[in-house]
Amino acid sequence: MRRIISVLMENEPGSLSRIVGVFSQRGYNVDSLCVAPTTDSSLSRLTIVTHGDDKVIEQITKQVNKLIDVLKVTDLTDGTHVERELMLIKVAAKTDLVRSEVNRTVDIFRAQIVDTDAKNYTIQVTGTSDKLDAFAQAMWAQTEVIESSRTGVCGLARGEKSLRV
Amino acid sequence: MMSGAAMVVRALKDSGVTHVFGYPGGAVLDIYDALYAQDDVKHVLVRHEQAAAHMADGYARSTGKTGTVLVTSGPGATNTITGIATAYMDSIPMVVLSGQVPSMHIGEDAFQETDMVGCSRPIVKHSFLVKRAIDIPKAIAKAYYIANTGRPGPVVVDLPKDLVNVLESHPYEYPSDVTMRSYNPTLKGHSKQIRKTVDTLVNAKRPVLYVGGGAITSEASELITELAEKLNAPVTSTLMGIGAFSSVHEQFVGMLGMHGTLEANKTMHNADCIFALGARFDDRVTNNVEKFCPHATIIHVDIDPASISKTVAVHIPVVGSVDKVVEQVLSQLNKKDLTEQKQKLADWWSQINSWRDRKCLSYEKSADVIKPQQVIEALYKHTNGDAYVSSDVGQHQMFAALYYPFAKPRRWINSGGLGTMGFGLPAAMGVQMANPDAVSVVVTGDGSIQMNIQELSTCLQYNLPVKIISLNNRALGMVRQWQDMIYKGRHSHSYMDSMPDFVKLAEAYGHVGIKVNHPSELDDAMAKCFALKDRLVFMDIAIDQNEHVYPMQIKYGAMDEMRLSKTERT
Repeated sequence: MRRIISVLMENEPGSLSRIVGVFSQRGYNVDSLCVAPTTDSSLSRLTIVTHGDDKVIEQITKQVNKLIDVLKVTDLTDGTHVERELMLIKVAAKTDLVRSEVNRTVDIFRAQIVDTDAKNYTIQVTGTSDKLDAFAQAMWAQTEVIESSRTGVCGLARGEKSLRV
Repeated sequence: MMSGAAMVVRALKDSGVTHVFGYPGGAVLDIYDALYAQDDVKHVLVRHEQAAAHMADGYARSTGKTGTVLVTSGPGATNTITGIATAYMDSIPMVVLSGQVPSMHIGEDAFQETDMVGCSRPIVKHSFLVKRAIDIPKAIAKAYYIANTGRPGPVVVDLPKDLVNVLESHPYEYPSDVTMRSYNPTLKGHSKQIRKTVDTLVNAKRPVLYVGGGAITSEASELITELAEKLNAPVTSTLMGIGAFSSVHEQFVGMLGMHGTLEANKTMHNADCIFALGARFDDRVTNNVEKFCPHATIIHVDIDPASISKTVAVHIPVVGSVDKVVEQVLSQLNKKDLTEQKQKLADWWSQINSWRDRKCLSYEKSADVIKPQQVIEALYKHTNGDAYVSSDVGQHQMFAALYYPFAKPRRWINSGGLGTMGFGLPAAMGVQMANPDAVSVVVTGDGSIQMNIQELSTCLQYNLPVKIISLNNRALGMVRQWQDMIYKGRHSHSYMDSMPDFVKLAEAYGHVGIKVNHPSELDDAMAKCFALKDRLVFMDIAIDQNEHVYPMQIKYGAMDEMRLSKTERT
């Protein structure tokens, strides 16, 4: 089952490699990983999308929690939550026909064209991972996708629940 | 104001360090210069860095204090990896200070550069790459705090050479108190879980206490004895927990697991309540997890939440240190009426005693060839059962664990988790350093002893009168046993053709060697060995090559499915 694990940790050199190490050492899956300092620059927040049965997920949260640098770990998928991912995707846009088709799709997905030149569009699209997959598929149907880059999922629990010191 | 190197030595002293086991080299020359002509911290020069880690480990296991290692960068650091992994697997407190190339050369593949923090990452509790000289005292203080609190483990402190330059000075400030917002081990059990535990224990008809290394770490022996006696429950121990509960106590049913006693494994398998105290349901204990103890309500006390329900799903998890939790349980039990307990468990005990009657540790002596079991029994006799016994890894390790009843904790020193051959001799040296007046013995074999034999030289330098009891079967006994059982006796590379003359070897290093070939010589040779109180004695004892360790669990079976001899099964 797909899970989103959120981790609050000390923003120290080496912290990230320890977390990634736990996943590789113990044979857990990493589907995506997103990490950056929080508004308190001494802390980093990391979001990992993984999958596994309940026993594996329980071990993942415990083993990550055991790391000295880690303050808090939560499984966002345990409750209701908001999740978003951002994708930048560069597609070929050489003819008027393609340009207008791509434009229409961009509108439908509430994406944005953030860069353009004579041959290409670079489009930014945010949403759930499913939405990004669907957008990329739509682009392939209309034109050639030159390259794309995704941030991986980040998320927060809905309502009062929070991950803070 | 002092140099970074002087800060390292001073911070060690302020952390309570008495002994440092190490080996100098380019990146730590400044630190070695600071060690020169000071008496606060005694440095022990080893012959190989792996042995330094095992010595620090033996020092730690026998005292409960943190062992300290000091090595140079590159090969010095990587040579400690096996020792660090050994300590990690058995949760032993250790701090490894490794030199590093100067900060400005990190990442350039400089001479003797390895990423020690990276190399050791999977086998340390934590590690530090110190970035500024003024951070040295804090990093060292934190390292000792982390190493010896919660579930103990090894911590690496990597020190770039420019930070410890003896020509520079910095203010020294050792933190009066270490606190970390991200690290606060839970010591006391949750009161709701304690209540559930007490109710389950009181209602159990066939309880057993399953004691592991955590009981030794938390110094819980007396409390566990009180609990066991109050409940009238049988007690079994893991390989790591041996000595936490006295092996000569009438309620002790022996070690459990792969080479556990029949009565221990039967007791576990048939129990209706298992109270696991600082044990981790390791695969060498459980055998087939699917068939593990089907009748039992399992209560698991562990300071490490990640150890709970990792392999076997438990019914009542209790996160906390064994001593604190047992104390909580006892204070609740004291309010209960337990006068009926003896009578209530009478049936359980009569069943256990019927398993004991099988005498699974009996073996046949021979008039011509020495049996390994009888060597351990002779060792027990000649040390009055009161020695510190370190062990290497293999058949001799199991024989020592089974045939030397340990009455006290911290006397049985072995690499249980990692199974590191070459551990025994340096560990026994660390034990001797920490306990100069005690009898420190290593039980080893002709394979294991050759993995760190160079330390005989260190023993001479520091006058360490370690007694080496080497069970020489001219083979890698445990490998050979498996080959006999599973590979139709095809002894692929499990024997050594060119054994050294161990007596001459011991003598060459300035020690005493004794060769024992015949059962009739054993007693006198042992007496001679232990009479030489101030000398290292290497006992090279020729034993039966064909002896197997029994009992032994049958693969894929339940805990209590065992071979009892070459021909008998449960």
